[in-house]
Amino acid sequence: MPDKPDRNAIEVVNVSKIFGSGEGQVAALDKVSVSIRENEFFTLLGPSGCGKTTLLRLIAGFDFPTAGEILLYGQDIAPLPPFKRPVNTVFQSYALFPHMTVADNIGFGLEMLGKPKAEIKARVAEMLKLVKMEALAGRRTAQISGGQQQRVALARALAPQPKVLLLDEPLSALDYKLRKEMQIELKRLQHETGITFIFVTHDQEEALTMSDRIAVMSSGKILQVGSPWDIYDKPAERFVADFIGETNFLTAAISGTGNGKARATLKSGTTIEATVAEGFQPKDNATVVVRPEHAKLTKDKGDLSGTVENIVYFGTDTHIHVQLDSGEAFTVRQQNTRSAGCGFERGDKVGILIGNDAAQVLRD
Amino acid sequence: MASNFSIKHQPGFTTIAATCFVVLYLPIVVLVIYAFNAATSTSEWGGFSLKWFQSAYQNTQVIDATLRSFQIGSIAAVLSTIFATMAALATTRTASYPGLTFKYAAINQPLMVPEIVTGVALLIFFSRIKIFTGYSGIGYLVAAHTAFCIPFAYLPIRARLENMDLTLERAAADLYATPWKTFRRITLPLLWPGILAGLMLAFVISLDDVVITEFVKSGGQDTLPTYMLGQIRRGITPEINAISTAFLLLSVAIVTLFFFVSRKRD
Repeated sequence: MPDKPDRNAIEVVNVSKIFGSGEGQVAALDKVSVSIRENEFFTLLGPSGCGKTTLLRLIAGFDFPTAGEILLYGQDIAPLPPFKRPVNTVFQSYALFPHMTVADNIGFGLEMLGKPKAEIKARVAEMLKLVKMEALAGRRTAQISGGQQQRVALARALAPQPKVLLLDEPLSALDYKLRKEMQIELKRLQHETGITFIFVTHDQEEALTMSDRIAVMSSGKILQVGSPWDIYDKPAERFVADFIGETNFLTAAISGTGNGKARATLKSGTTIEATVAEGFQPKDNATVVVRPEHAKLTKDKGDLSGTVENIVYFGTDTHIHVQLDSGEAFTVRQQNTRSAGCGFERGDKVGILIGNDAAQVLRD
Repeated sequence: MASNFSIKHQPGFTTIAATCFVVLYLPIVVLVIYAFNAATSTSEWGGFSLKWFQSAYQNTQVIDATLRSFQIGSIAAVLSTIFATMAALATTRTASYPGLTFKYAAINQPLMVPEIVTGVALLIFFSRIKIFTGYSGIGYLVAAHTAFCIPFAYLPIRARLENMDLTLERAAADLYATPWKTFRRITLPLLWPGILAGLMLAFVISLDDVVITEFVKSGGQDTLPTYMLGQIRRGITPEINAISTAFLLLSVAIVTLFFFVSRKRD
């Protein structure tokens, strides 16, 4: 939230995690640094094996970093065991205690903290209400559905009022509709409790819709941190641009850099204005990305020219795949209307218009 | 032919299966029937009677041996289950390391070493201690039974621990439970069926032992099986059948209970 003073809840400083030893050693995290602000919904996004879950486990205390510091409000918690960290986790498998009732599960953390019985009871009731599970308080966890288990897991982790809540792909076991519902529910809970959420997912759509900020990870490194808008519209690297949404990559000659902008001359000879990845000084040649929905197809001459190769109908929109005269491939996404078709046919000679402020120069 | 091969449809299958069952169960059936024989002989039928059960019940040596069997069995079962639980925790709640397989083997050693070898070894070992300390009580039998019961208690407990979701313990730690509290509140309650199964199995194994007990016991320390063996040497009466039948019932009851306990709550 920009209107609040930025205070960091978690600071990860130069953290590395190396598994194995000798030749078989693997760096799951390679000198990662990131700051997570108080009260933000922060997402670690990346494909499986990128190190996002390892980073979460280090923050939770289930594993210890090989090097580096993890600060919780300025205090290094990296060497502390999990039961001494005011941080709670929602597990991918929920990990509800099968021999306890829903209410006992939710109260477990408070009980371990040695809170008085009356206080635990009140807090459990409050949590049950928060996740709308009052009616099932006395049930065993095996007797409730997956979505309900999810809610109990959330309530259990929130009950001790942790300073930071860690969520390890908590929605991956739910079906599509329930997942959508829980996404909204999670946002609501974060808003109501005011607790900092760190959410791990490999689902880019989930990350874009829920997060205040996203860190995109690959091969043990954080490639870019930014708002969903930043990550989608101003990707810094090819991996980020490729992993999130669909995009078109074009080779361009760069001239006139300055003020975070550059002039990019495409292979077609057209020169367009493009934004430049933060902190990057492009040299002669670079890759430029344009999202399919930021370009328009025309029967006249455009910034690029080519031949329609394929047309794919998606309901809300149509994807038109074009083979450019330069040999590159380009996809245009066109919003559908009820009236006619998309107006183009396979084999048509077409031009492509690239909108103002549609192009971004990548770091690599 | 390749489709639907079933051993049941091979020639001779029924005959072999039936023979196995007959060999297994017919002697036991005969033994049980003759326990109710009114005659003194074990070879001719003299009508139905419960007198041999009564006679066994009034035989102080039988009662004495039975009580000793129960005493040794229960102490050995409890001790071996405690040790087995600790061993199972130590061998499952750890990352794999060189030598772990060797430890499994060492714990299960009594399953592999012939009983007669263990019996002789313990006889020699304990006789030295007896000379040294002068103690010749039931402790030697308890120690021996505890030792060979450990693998039987260990196996169901370890199986249970290996199937347990480790995330549960992690979740408890995440919710401020110290390692001891995690064990008390999460691991132990979930492990309980395995522990009970191990306990009962160990008890039955101890109750049943002849070879090692025969070597280790001092005079006047007969357990029920060694007493029966001693009686048979002097000729069989239907009293032995009656004792065996009672023993059989008890074993079946415990094993059945074991079966239900280990199946329940999964």
